[in-house]
Amino acid sequence: MAVPILKQGQTLIASIQAALTDTDLLELRDALLEQVGRYRSRGVIVDVTALDVMDSFSTRTLRDVAHMTRLRGAQTIIVGIQPEVAFAMAQFGLTLEGVPTKLDLEEGLDYLAGTAKPGSDG
Amino acid sequence: MGEGVRVEQESKVRVETEADIVLARQQGRAIARDLGFTLGNATLIATAISELARNIVQYATRGEVILKRIENGSQKGLVVIARDEGPGINDVRRAMEDGFSTSGRLGLGLPGVRRLMDEFNIHSEVGKGTTVTASMWKS
Ligand SMILES: Nc1ncnc2c1ncn2[C@@H]1O[C@H](COP(=O)(O)OP(=O)(O)OP(=O)(O)O)[C@@H](O)[C@H]1O
Ligand SMILES: [Mg+2]
Repeated sequence: MAVPILKQGQTLIASIQAALTDTDLLELRDALLEQVGRYRSRGVIVDVTALDVMDSFSTRTLRDVAHMTRLRGAQTIIVGIQPEVAFAMAQFGLTLEGVPTKLDLEEGLDYLAGTAKPGSDG
Repeated sequence: MGEGVRVEQESKVRVETEADIVLARQQGRAIARDLGFTLGNATLIATAISELARNIVQYATRGEVILKRIENGSQKGLVVIARDEGPGINDVRRAMEDGFSTSGRLGLGLPGVRRLMDEFNIHSEVGKGTTVTASMWKS
C-alpha cells in the first residue's frame, strides 16, 4: 500500500506521500472503501499535498472515492491541493464536483468536527 | 511551430508502464523548471504529459514522450511530442471533444491538453499510430 491510512476516532486520514501511479490511486480508493466499513468511519480526509499533478485519472478516482464512501455513510474531504495544482486543474477544466475541499488537514478536521455536531448546517 | 524555431536539446522517455507515466511527467516538470518556467506553468506541462503518456499506455500499449527545448528569436519554450505506433484514432475531431471516450473514462484528456498548452497538434492514422505535438512558450 503506497498511501498510509491513519485512523483517528471516526475519521480516516490518507496522506499521500509522493507522486502516485494509477494503480496506487485505485488501491487507495479500495482500501478507503473497505476501511470505512471495517471501522464504521464517518469521515475520510485525503491529503493530496504531495501529489505532483491532478489529471483526469486522479480527479476521477478521488471523485469516485467521495461518491462510494458517501454511499457507505462517510463524507470525504480533499485537503492540500497546492496552488500550482489548482491553477492547472482550472486551466484543464477539471472539477471535483461537489467533493468538499479544504486548505489543509487542520481545516479538514475542523470541518468534519463541525458537520458531526447535531444541528450544524454542515 | 512556425518558421525559425530552433530546437536545442531533447530528452526521450520510453512509455510502456504506469511508472513511466509518472517518470515522463516528472522529467517534463524538471526540464520546464530548468528552462525558467514558473511552477504553475511547469505543472501545466506535467499535467499534459501525464494525459498523453496515459493515452499511450492505455490505447497503444507503448510509445514515447520526447521533450525538446525550442527557441524562436528571444522566446524560449518546450515542446512535448507523444508518439506511438498503436491503433490510431478513428475520428480525431470527436476524440478532441470534451467527454468523448471509447473507454468509459472522462474523455477530458486530449481537449484538456489543448487547453493546457499554447500550441497543439494531433496527427493520427488508423493502423499506423498517433503523434501529439504540444508546446508552451515562456511568457
Ligand atoms: N494514443 C492514442 N491511440 C489511440 N487512441 C487514442 C489515443 N489517445 C486517445 N485516443 C482515443 O481518443 C479518445 C479520447 O481521448 P482522451 O484522452 O481525450 O479521453 P480518454 O482517454 O477516453 O479519457 P480521460 O483521458 O479523460 O481519462 C480515447 O477514448 C481513445 O479512443
Ligand atoms: Mg486519456
